[in-house]
Amino acid sequence: MLTDLSIADGLRGLRGKEFSAVELTTAHLDAIAALNPRLNAYLTVTAEAALRGAGAADAALARGEQAPLGGIPLGIKDLFCTEGVRTTAASRMLENFVPPYESTVTRQLLRDGAVFLGKTNLDEFAMGSSNTNSAFGPVENPWHRTGDDAVLVPGGSSGGSAAAVAARIAMGATGTDTGGSIRQPASFCGIAGIKPTYGRCSRWGVVAFASSLDQPGPMARTVEDCAIMLRSMAGYDARDSTSVDRPVPDYAAACGRSLKGVRVGIPREYRADGMPSEIEALWQQGISWLRDAGCEIVDVSLPHTQYGLATYYIVAPAECSSNLARYDGIRYGRRVEAPTLDGLYEASREAGFGAEVKRRILIGTYVLSSGYYDAYYLRAQKVRSLILRDFTEAYRTVDALLTPTAPSAAFALGENMDDPIKMYLNDIFTVPASMAGMPGLSVPAGLDHQGLPLGLQLLGRPFDEETLFALGSAIEQAADFRRLPSVTAGRVR
Amino acid sequence: MSYLLEGRDAPWEVVIGLEVHAQVISQSKLFSGASATYGGEPNTHVSLVDAGFPGMLPVINRECVAQAVRTGLGLNARINLESRFDRKNYFYADLPTGYQISQFAQPIVGSGVIEIELADGSTREIGITRLHLEQDAGKSLHDQHQTQSFIDLNRAGVGLMEIVSEPDMRSPEEAGAYVRKLRTILRYLGTCDGNMEEGSMRADVNVSVRHSGEPFRTRCEIKNVNSVRYVMQAIEAEARRQVQVWEAGGTVDQETRLFDPARGETRSLRSKEDAHDYRYFPDPDLLPLVIDEGWVADLKAGLPELPDAKRSRFVSEYGIPRYDAGVLVAEQATADFYETVAAGGDPRLAANWVTGDLFAALNRTGRTIADSPVSAQAMRELLGLMVDQTINGRIAKDVFEEMVETGEPPAAIVERRGLRQVTDTGAIDAAVEAVLAANADKLAEYRSGKDKLFGFFVGQVMKGMGGKGNPALVNEALRQRLARSP
Repeated sequence: MLTDLSIADGLRGLRGKEFSAVELTTAHLDAIAALNPRLNAYLTVTAEAALRGAGAADAALARGEQAPLGGIPLGIKDLFCTEGVRTTAASRMLENFVPPYESTVTRQLLRDGAVFLGKTNLDEFAMGSSNTNSAFGPVENPWHRTGDDAVLVPGGSSGGSAAAVAARIAMGATGTDTGGSIRQPASFCGIAGIKPTYGRCSRWGVVAFASSLDQPGPMARTVEDCAIMLRSMAGYDARDSTSVDRPVPDYAAACGRSLKGVRVGIPREYRADGMPSEIEALWQQGISWLRDAGCEIVDVSLPHTQYGLATYYIVAPAECSSNLARYDGIRYGRRVEAPTLDGLYEASREAGFGAEVKRRILIGTYVLSSGYYDAYYLRAQKVRSLILRDFTEAYRTVDALLTPTAPSAAFALGENMDDPIKMYLNDIFTVPASMAGMPGLSVPAGLDHQGLPLGLQLLGRPFDEETLFALGSAIEQAADFRRLPSVTAGRVR
Repeated sequence: MSYLLEGRDAPWEVVIGLEVHAQVISQSKLFSGASATYGGEPNTHVSLVDAGFPGMLPVINRECVAQAVRTGLGLNARINLESRFDRKNYFYADLPTGYQISQFAQPIVGSGVIEIELADGSTREIGITRLHLEQDAGKSLHDQHQTQSFIDLNRAGVGLMEIVSEPDMRSPEEAGAYVRKLRTILRYLGTCDGNMEEGSMRADVNVSVRHSGEPFRTRCEIKNVNSVRYVMQAIEAEARRQVQVWEAGGTVDQETRLFDPARGETRSLRSKEDAHDYRYFPDPDLLPLVIDEGWVADLKAGLPELPDAKRSRFVSEYGIPRYDAGVLVAEQATADFYETVAAGGDPRLAANWVTGDLFAALNRTGRTIADSPVSAQAMRELLGLMVDQTINGRIAKDVFEEMVETGEPPAAIVERRGLRQVTDTGAIDAAVEAVLAANADKLAEYRSGKDKLFGFFVGQVMKGMGGKGNPALVNEALRQRLARSP
């Protein structure tokens, strides 16, 4: 089936005229029509534009030109502003917001011939680890526990992207990762996803959550596909002062690179209390796969790991409380009239924001307020630099780190909902690298006893995504991860 | 000369510090490409960044940074090679992002100093605490609609320099002199047009009072004062109010106040309790601003001559009085005008004419130096005609008046009206004889000892010659003639 193809195979098929881009896109649009009412992975489907894009890709192919992603249908997280296409951030606040501009990352994908199928669901303003915080309803994980129909969450915040890719209603998708929002849903949905080094992909045109942490990245079914997508997404952008000006390598070329002598660190602090033994077992499995591939395994320590989550939940809300101040009902977005200006702010923001967003705005406002700033924000920034130092120290002796991606497999809708702290614990393994700005790749590595996918996380040096792709494809190959989720295009078990 | 307010037991001293907001002269805004020029139809100079659209990011405008560095150099201040931008968070309808990007903890310019001069000729040094870059806000228009306010974002995001002084001023006069001096320096540097009426320069005035020798007492801040005169009036009114409060046994509360020029008083805008908690934190969209020492040196090398240096040079190079030099350098255009007039001629004569006749003519015609009815070149020619004795000083005044009216070159006026000075001693002698003959009675008085009549004779001879007589020759001829017996 066309929808089962990897991006790499799709490009080969298009080049070999085995099928047309219009056929490829149509297959995906049909699958969306069939599955999306159930999965709710897409908030907006742009069928017409997609077919137009596919037609243009076919025309280019007919001229003998194939762009790096020519004719490949992708899902776009609805946090990326897309010109003329509603961009909601899964919030009532932006329910009808149509940006007159295209984010840098999506513009580059379009430049490279990608076809956008639509905008994928997410936790509101990318705040969440379950996609249950979307104002437009949760996303269903296409995976189910063996013999159990319970609806599982896809993880978050890029839950729509992860579910769409896993269910074969997109060949790949864009995500954004602030504390794990690409890697954790990738792990929950059995796909690959990379949070690149902070500054690698431009944030221009991406609705901001926490500016010092937000980083766009690709999500796809194979490591190589992520590498192909990242090459188009990455690059310096003068309009983002935090983007970094350095050449974009051919990431796909790094997949399958020899790992002889590559030193991989195993951070001892990543053994969380109460972590299921099968995740520990999978981690050990990953270690032996990499050893078999020629890597040298080294025990390392990242002593400040335990503070990662606490500091993250100070820094990220602080930035979000300020970043979301612009949603005031004045110039665009939801507006609820009131007799006074303050009344208008209150009514608009009350109606426009969901509970989790409000919670984080409150936390952020609190930690930045006079009298608490030093105890919270300033201290968190100091701890953040210690976390960064942990990584820097570790990378003196190793080339990369291997950890589990998440402390559990996907949980059911309704679980973990009563206690925000329990929900925040989902990001315990992904947050430290976010705080340090380091790249992290999640690779599907196995299934738990209930048949749910589990991911392993590879962390690397700044701007050394290539080593992660090399290690990730080795794990991918060794794991030979072939199981399909129960809900995919063309077959629903 | 100290300024003190009378008190019941002891006089009160006024302590003043100023925060001046100066709009940066630049093509585009501090963090966006939108035009930073004044005016324009509402909301026509607005980019998506200025309007706070989702996902829009600020990018620092290099020219604004250069302007801040130039200004810092002009204020004899330390330039911080690394500075940082912070967010100042508050909600207001004309603040699209909900925060102003400013520099809180690490400003681009540190401490400096400027010298002010007072009416009695004394000088004082006023410390500059810091200068930082920040964004201006938009404008709320409350008079366009019955129930709604309109918002114009043209100014939103335009670069401002906030220049903070030490609490070094002790009188309204000092504060006025400080603002004027600051404005002069900014205009010389070309970093701010200093136009207080258009709001491109405005001052927040911090005022407290105390008895001599006491530590500082609580201060109040008077916001957004937009003329030098109002700065001085506001200080006077606020200082008097505070003295009254203290002497009535009360305490002055730290608060923000507004000056009402019509009533000549300040009134409370918001108290300390109502003060915003701005929740400053480093803007994560911007990296620390790191500038290069070499670049600062280049900017320094490119600075124009500043008023203090120019004044000293005028005194030493042209030999004019310090006071006149001060008047001439107050505006760069005046200084340039003067130097053109003085070039190759008599600099002192030029100073007298520029500060005297020219200023009077500008006043009378309501013109400025920039659109002076008499060009510097023409004025130099006029003075040249005096120096080479083509005309005398008396005639020069007439010629100048005609130049103001017609714009005709001085030489042409002199030729057309036959105003050349008469140096023909024969003609002068004849005029002298005629005057003495017609005033035999005065001559007799003179001879009997009334020496003062000499001036009368000079005047009469000049009059007889239509004012064109060479004054020295007329004097000489008269003296010789009167020395002889009848």
